[in-house]
Amino acid sequence: MKYLDEFRDGQLARGLAARICQETDSTRHYALMEFCGGHTHAICRYGIEDLLPGNVRLIHGPGCPVCVLPGGRLQAAIDLAEQERVILCGYGDLLRVPGARGDTLLKAKARGADVRMVYSVDDALDAACTHPNQQVVFFAIGFETTTPPTAVAIQQARREGLGNFSVYCNHVLTPPALRALLAAPLPSPHRRQGIVQIKGQIDGFIGPAHVSTIIGSQPYEFVATDYQRPLVIAGFEPLDVLQAILMLIRQINANDVRVDNEYTRAVSPEGNRKAQRLMDEVFTIRPSFEWRGLGELPGSALAIRPAFADWDAERRFTIPAIPAIDHKACICAEVLRGVTRPEECKVFATACTPDHPLGACMVSAEGACAAHYHYGRFRQAAAS
Amino acid sequence: MCLAIPAQVIEMKDNEHAVVDMGGVRKQISTALLDEIAVGDYVIVHVGYALNRLDPDEAEETLRLFAELAAATEAL
Amino acid sequence: MNPRRDVFPHRLDLQHGCVELSHGGGGRAMAQLIEELFLAAFDNAWLRAQDDGARLMVPPGRLTIATDSHVVSPLFFPGGDIGCLSVHGTINDVAMAGAWPLYLAATFILEEGFPLADLKRIVDSMAHAARHAGVPIVTGDTKVVERGKGDGVFITTTGIGVIPEGVAVSAHQAQPGDAILLSGSLGDHGMAVMAQRENLRFDTSIESDTAALHKLVAAMVAAVPGIHCLRDPTRGGLGCALNEIAQQAGAGMRLREAAIPVHEPVRALCEFLGLDPLYVANEGKLLAICPAEFADTLLAVMHGHSLGREAAIIGEVVADPHCFVEMATVFGGRRLVDWLSGEQLPRIC
Repeated sequence: MKYLDEFRDGQLARGLAARICQETDSTRHYALMEFCGGHTHAICRYGIEDLLPGNVRLIHGPGCPVCVLPGGRLQAAIDLAEQERVILCGYGDLLRVPGARGDTLLKAKARGADVRMVYSVDDALDAACTHPNQQVVFFAIGFETTTPPTAVAIQQARREGLGNFSVYCNHVLTPPALRALLAAPLPSPHRRQGIVQIKGQIDGFIGPAHVSTIIGSQPYEFVATDYQRPLVIAGFEPLDVLQAILMLIRQINANDVRVDNEYTRAVSPEGNRKAQRLMDEVFTIRPSFEWRGLGELPGSALAIRPAFADWDAERRFTIPAIPAIDHKACICAEVLRGVTRPEECKVFATACTPDHPLGACMVSAEGACAAHYHYGRFRQAAAS
Repeated sequence: MCLAIPAQVIEMKDNEHAVVDMGGVRKQISTALLDEIAVGDYVIVHVGYALNRLDPDEAEETLRLFAELAAATEAL
Repeated sequence: MNPRRDVFPHRLDLQHGCVELSHGGGGRAMAQLIEELFLAAFDNAWLRAQDDGARLMVPPGRLTIATDSHVVSPLFFPGGDIGCLSVHGTINDVAMAGAWPLYLAATFILEEGFPLADLKRIVDSMAHAARHAGVPIVTGDTKVVERGKGDGVFITTTGIGVIPEGVAVSAHQAQPGDAILLSGSLGDHGMAVMAQRENLRFDTSIESDTAALHKLVAAMVAAVPGIHCLRDPTRGGLGCALNEIAQQAGAGMRLREAAIPVHEPVRALCEFLGLDPLYVANEGKLLAICPAEFADTLLAVMHGHSLGREAAIIGEVVADPHCFVEMATVFGGRRLVDWLSGEQLPRIC
């Protein structure tokens, strides 16, 4: 498959990995966070960490829109789906995630709710056309990659006067989440493997691939200017990730701090202006939004503008705010910031598993804990 | 967080839709997020939408860089 | 088969007719459905006797019996349908015991309103599959449920087979040092069905690999009677099948991703949807675990059969108290091949 297979080549991987080993400074530790859940998935699925030297550690970030969706918002979608004449459409990732009361969209479907998995928001529009006497609600989630399609769909619904289509908007933004991670206070330094480290310190970021095709590289500049950390945007394939790691290590070694782009084949500094314009036409920034595991973050999520109120499910339906509190043993807040590793959590793989997730990091396959459970937990077992 | 794949445009359907091919699998997608698309272009596809064009020259350049780095390391 | 015009004066309208509740009622309507549809297609001496059960001769030796229900949707998909799937599926279950399948039974639960034309298509497909495999359908049953209470048709098939002398195939036999072989490409069936789902609309050439594997198995056990384990990776794919075997055997496994064949369109559709081919269903493939010294012989036998041309040695069984199935990725790292709890769902992340 063109532009996929070449970027997964094992031989080139060996070469790049050897290069990384060569260029890392053995007297220091490198903590690099990949923000994007898709990168977490690629890292775990290909076993990239096996190719890295011991003093380079990858921290799995919170860029998984399913993981950070508050249980209360998911529960609200389940309640919507159970209303008469409502067809709730959503992406596959959402169907098994437990909401505030432990319920899931799949369980609601089993009870008779009309819940439909779609590949694209356009499929939800089609459902609205096919079922004019029913209310089709599209459960919109995702970062800036997934938001423009929702914007296009809402505009299309308005153009066509589709009165039975609405969107329950849970789109979130990447830069505010990065800022929250960087601004969080950290514990005191400690010594690990002979090297002084600060738990939760992030030395550099592997920037998201496809969010960046939309927003460009410019919005990340604050990471370098305000927080003195390098960020390298990486393509989605494992060779891209390795290359981005090498670029970060070089910057860190040289005390260089800037935003760099490894994914030049798809990302430009200004991004996709048309997509940005469409998003801006349809959405406005919420003053604040709760992120599961990270708390309330200002200016971090989108709502539908009043001009498109007729297609806003939160105006069409009464959707109460449903509180959802994670299990008291859950320490996802620490895991999401890289302060604690998944395997260091007391309930990891015991009370908390992908089948029975207690917190954000386990609810979706891209979550740090779920990815580690699914792809990597044999490493701890071998060690112990 | 964003599963997207590179696919080649093989047919334009109208102003806002095209058919893409990846590995022999074809799908009609929306091109509403892009201004100019031509048959033969490669695009990044996510949830049935083309997000951006993939620049083949940059792709080749990136691969060339990988090969260079890998070869330089082996030579040592 | 001549229709008995005195008993059934009007033939079934197999083109435009539908299943009615009376077709399951035990009376003349049901007898007519059986005669004009099922017996006409499956025609053999046992069915012509029209007794409730079939009287069979079986060769001496250990017998195995297997049963499987089939609820696939859509009923018709590229490369097959629920009919041939149900025949192949149970023949394969019997064959995975190392046995030679002898007879099949088939039961149908039909939904009121189901088109007779579709039912005929399914039944003809079953008949063709059974004849091609040389395994007759010797008895069966039909019931009809009210409209809305069934998904068109559900089929359950049961098969019996005889295990050759000296063959003792069971997951418990797999032991550290054994080689793991796969008969061919992964994911064809599952992705052929997935591409047909109404709300996905992908255009592909992917066809189900549904096939009866008993002749391939017979050649394999003849060449290597000491095969430890056979398993067909159906729902849950290779990933779940190997984890089950690992648990039963109390051992771990180490696989090599580069050795596992997956056809490009299957890989491509999996990429589109974020699915892992290791967990996608197969209906014409098998896993074989045998002592390492016989691996090459077994591989050669598989390559010599039309259903094993792409066979490969994909890994080995190892001692592992955790019974992990690990894989060396094409990239050079390692990953766990976890035991999934349920089916994979397409993802956007």
